Amino acid sequence: MLVAPTGGGKTLAGFMPSLIELAAMGAAKRPAALHTLYISPLKALAVDVARNLEQPAAEMALPIRIETRTGDTPPSRRQRQKYHPPDILLTTPEQLSLLLSAPDASRFFGSVRAVVLDELHALYNSKRGDLLALALSRLEAIAPGHRRIGLSATVNDPAPLRRFLVPQQPGENAMADLVLGQGGARPEISVLASDAYVPWAGHLARHSMADVMAAIGESKTALVFVNTRAQAERTFQELWRINDDHLPIALHHGSLVQEQRRKVEAAMARGVLRAVVCTSTLDLGIDWGAVDRVICIGAPKGAARLVQRIGRANHRLDEPSRALLVPANRFEVLECEAARDAVLAGELDGERLRPGGLDVLTQHILGVACSAPFDADALYAEIITASPYAALSRKDFDDVVNFVATGGYALARYDRYARLRKTSDGLWRIAHPRVARQYRLNAGVIVEDPMLDIRLLGKGKPVGAGGRMLGRVEEYFLEGLTPGDTFVFSGDVLRFEGIRDNAAFVSRTNDPEAQIPSYNGGKFPLSTFLAGRVREMLAHPEKWGLLPDPVGEWLRIQQWRSVLPGPNDLLVETFPRSTKFYLVCYPFEGRLAHQTLGMLLTRRLERLRLRPMGFVANEYALAVWALRDMAGTDMNRLFDEDMLGDDLDAWLAESALYKRTFRNCAIIAGLIERRAPGQEKTGRQVTFSSDLIYDVLREHEPDHLLLRATYADAAAGLLDVARLSDMLKRVKGNIVRRHLDRVSPLAVPALLEISKEMVAGEAGEDILRETEESLVRDAMRV
Amino acid sequence: MPCVFETTSIVVNGETLLLDTAGALYWPSREALILADLHFEKGSSFARRGIMLPPYDTHATLNRIVRLFKTYGPKRIIALGDSFHDGEGPARLDGHARDQLAALAKAAEWFWIEGNHDPEIPLWLGGYAAAEIAVGNLVFRHEPAIGAEAGEIAGHLHPCASVSRHGRTLRRRCFVADGYRVVMPSFGAFTGGLNVRDAAFQRLFPQDWLAYALGGRRVYAVSGSVQALRRKKNEEAQPSSVAINTVKMP
Repeated sequence: MLVAPTGGGKTLAGFMPSLIELAAMGAAKRPAALHTLYISPLKALAVDVARNLEQPAAEMALPIRIETRTGDTPPSRRQRQKYHPPDILLTTPEQLSLLLSAPDASRFFGSVRAVVLDELHALYNSKRGDLLALALSRLEAIAPGHRRIGLSATVNDPAPLRRFLVPQQPGENAMADLVLGQGGARPEISVLASDAYVPWAGHLARHSMADVMAAIGESKTALVFVNTRAQAERTFQELWRINDDHLPIALHHGSLVQEQRRKVEAAMARGVLRAVVCTSTLDLGIDWGAVDRVICIGAPKGAARLVQRIGRANHRLDEPSRALLVPANRFEVLECEAARDAVLAGELDGERLRPGGLDVLTQHILGVACSAPFDADALYAEIITASPYAALSRKDFDDVVNFVATGGYALARYDRYARLRKTSDGLWRIAHPRVARQYRLNAGVIVEDPMLDIRLLGKGKPVGAGGRMLGRVEEYFLEGLTPGDTFVFSGDVLRFEGIRDNAAFVSRTNDPEAQIPSYNGGKFPLSTFLAGRVREMLAHPEKWGLLPDPVGEWLRIQQWRSVLPGPNDLLVETFPRSTKFYLVCYPFEGRLAHQTLGMLLTRRLERLRLRPMGFVANEYALAVWALRDMAGTDMNRLFDEDMLGDDLDAWLAESALYKRTFRNCAIIAGLIERRAPGQEKTGRQVTFSSDLIYDVLREHEPDHLLLRATYADAAAGLLDVARLSDMLKRVKGNIVRRHLDRVSPLAVPALLEISKEMVAGEAGEDILRETEESLVRDAMRV
Repeated sequence: MPCVFETTSIVVNGETLLLDTAGALYWPSREALILADLHFEKGSSFARRGIMLPPYDTHATLNRIVRLFKTYGPKRIIALGDSFHDGEGPARLDGHARDQLAALAKAAEWFWIEGNHDPEIPLWLGGYAAAEIAVGNLVFRHEPAIGAEAGEIAGHLHPCASVSRHGRTLRRRCFVADGYRVVMPSFGAFTGGLNVRDAAFQRLFPQDWLAYALGGRRVYAVSGSVQALRRKKNEEAQPSSVAINTVKMP
């Protein structure tokens, strides 16, 4: 396991042993056989590394064949690779799984001597990592004893990566050897701060755009990172509004059409751009030598993410990378300072390890069966060598096999339609060749929200008449628009005209007041580690001197009017405002955990007859408002961790986020088809029926494997239940309460976000009622 | 505290119909419960092709019908076609579902309209099967016909309405009605939907229509032409216009 910062030459180091071995083997009469596999999280990176490898190999006249295999590889080349494998194959985890599911996988992979796993830190603790770990366990069975080299950027704790890399045995804790690269030059990080004005809320940093523009002007090439696609669009627009020198500034995010993104990347590689506004789509990836400054707009969210982004500037170890952090509001000033301190101190966020997903295991087992009949005992023994599945119980394994075979329902209702059957020789085999086809069409663990194409209508053309494709946007966003609404996309203000089939049709408009696109993408929660550092900073007034004046003043007034909590305290403030009563607490655990907390608190307050009306959460705080005063409430009772029981389950069951998690698991597990053979299913059919399947399954078989997989997923990721649970434990006995006569300075940012969130369950009914009322109002207006 | 549900009624070709939040119509003067697109055995239909959807959809759908039966006590039940997801669906019903269906067919006259998924309804299910039936001022058929006579009650299209407020989007099954005809939401547990903004609906409802989305407590008119509501206000007596009359029911 080689852990080193960017620019240290990790990738070449990973290949060196293979190059030496292959060179020693010579070219003469060697049968074509795969020697080394390289796995990268990005296909663009695989292609780039292949190019960088071919060059030295050619210079040394090494007789080595190097090829890539990605989703873009043409069928003819795939076919040729099968019968005439290259020495070194560069590919992705998804392609590896597909290759392993082929009937001739044993022949193809039997000769493998080495596997190089690049950017492992970006994979190991995710569903793609689960898929990769399972594929490696299969590969170990086919080519026992092959060498694995893992490459990773600097991480807080390399132990889980070291375990990931080697086969686990029950009762042992096997780890790969660790090689730690030397740190490079310390980065130069500055936080842009104005002593004149720092906004109370918002994420756009509009007030700082002139400074950002100036920083771009001083750089050769700058990467401008933002956290969401909506922010990317807005920032791009703001920059061009003041781009008096017409500097070439481009836009890059995941919704843009692929050829547009490739164009930007190519222009970047040629060095003709001065800046690219981008989201996490450019966090990883190929080296651009010319980038000499990284500008991060908004909250950094985590120290490791910040290090990754800073590393995108200047790929040389001995020169410092330069970064500018641009906070968009007061809390973000604190977060930026905390992140800078952490990075300079060389401290990074830890990651909570999630257990391997049962949905991913389902897909893997189906793939194994497609390759060849399997023995359940042997397969179980093989799977628990993969570190994410080391603790998998035999019962869960058997449940997964049953699920793959017949859906795993009680009473074995679907035995006669089984996809897998156990034959008299005791082996499980697929029941029909169609099963292998279905597996191939549904393989992969990346599930997108249902998307629609955005097409630009020609002048005077009706909706549906075709048009140039601009990109893809989540369907739920587009479905909420009415013809005539405007939104920003791809740097333009577009007017929504209508939806036909799988496309939303738009026209250009000069309307400067566009509705901000609220389509999703790239929302990371504030890391626990960074949250801790922010709380630490709040608790130490002597450190405030570094903060811009308005922020220091804000904290001092807070200290005077209320209090600033200690690093392990939870401050809970109550105060009246206009006709309502507020309760605001500051856990600093990220928006998702706060939303879950808000839901649970309002249920409790409801039972206490305090008549809560709604809540709003941001990354740092949670505000609840009610018709009755909550000041007299026993806060230790209210925040007791036993709230994570029935209430949580009841709420989860109805939550839209939870249903989306179920949909993802169902697609990965193959319960819902990603695509029907021959034709891509439209996203909207999938969304709608997955909710219904969820409802029916929950009612009739609440302990079904897929519901268990969904719960595990939601608890770890989407809803941050684990984090919430840790927080409730931490603050037990450490709740600091203040009853105030009016709103406190610290509460203002949270209150400014009020408007959207309401008590769930009732919210749906309110939305329907308000829609009807507004329709009636329109109708009755004379 | 008693939960008060409000029932919305509409007038179609002179007949008053209640819109139930479960997605059913009730016709009080004929004591008829009307359901569209039940798609029984959709789960097992997919399972035959290797997509193992949960096998509980038929039970879920039947339980909802039983609940409606207890509420309204109808003398007749009209199922507007696609009652089974495929032609072999009836043969795949399990014992419990067969018993429940038999009990319902005994308690009320059951009319099976034939749909494109289930053109032939087996006799052993009980009740009557027909391509379409006319009762009073209404005609019941599976697929709505373009330029149909007034009084058509149909299904087939699975209408859904999307609404957006406060940055949230909801998608709900809905009735679409214009005073002359109704397209009903699908009732089956696994049935998907087609947005009412789709061209298919524009062809059927050239003007003055409203979409009534299914809420938890009542149906809500959430989309449609405002003229429909305005006309209702101005010409209270006009039977062909869309009306929203809300009555409270315990």
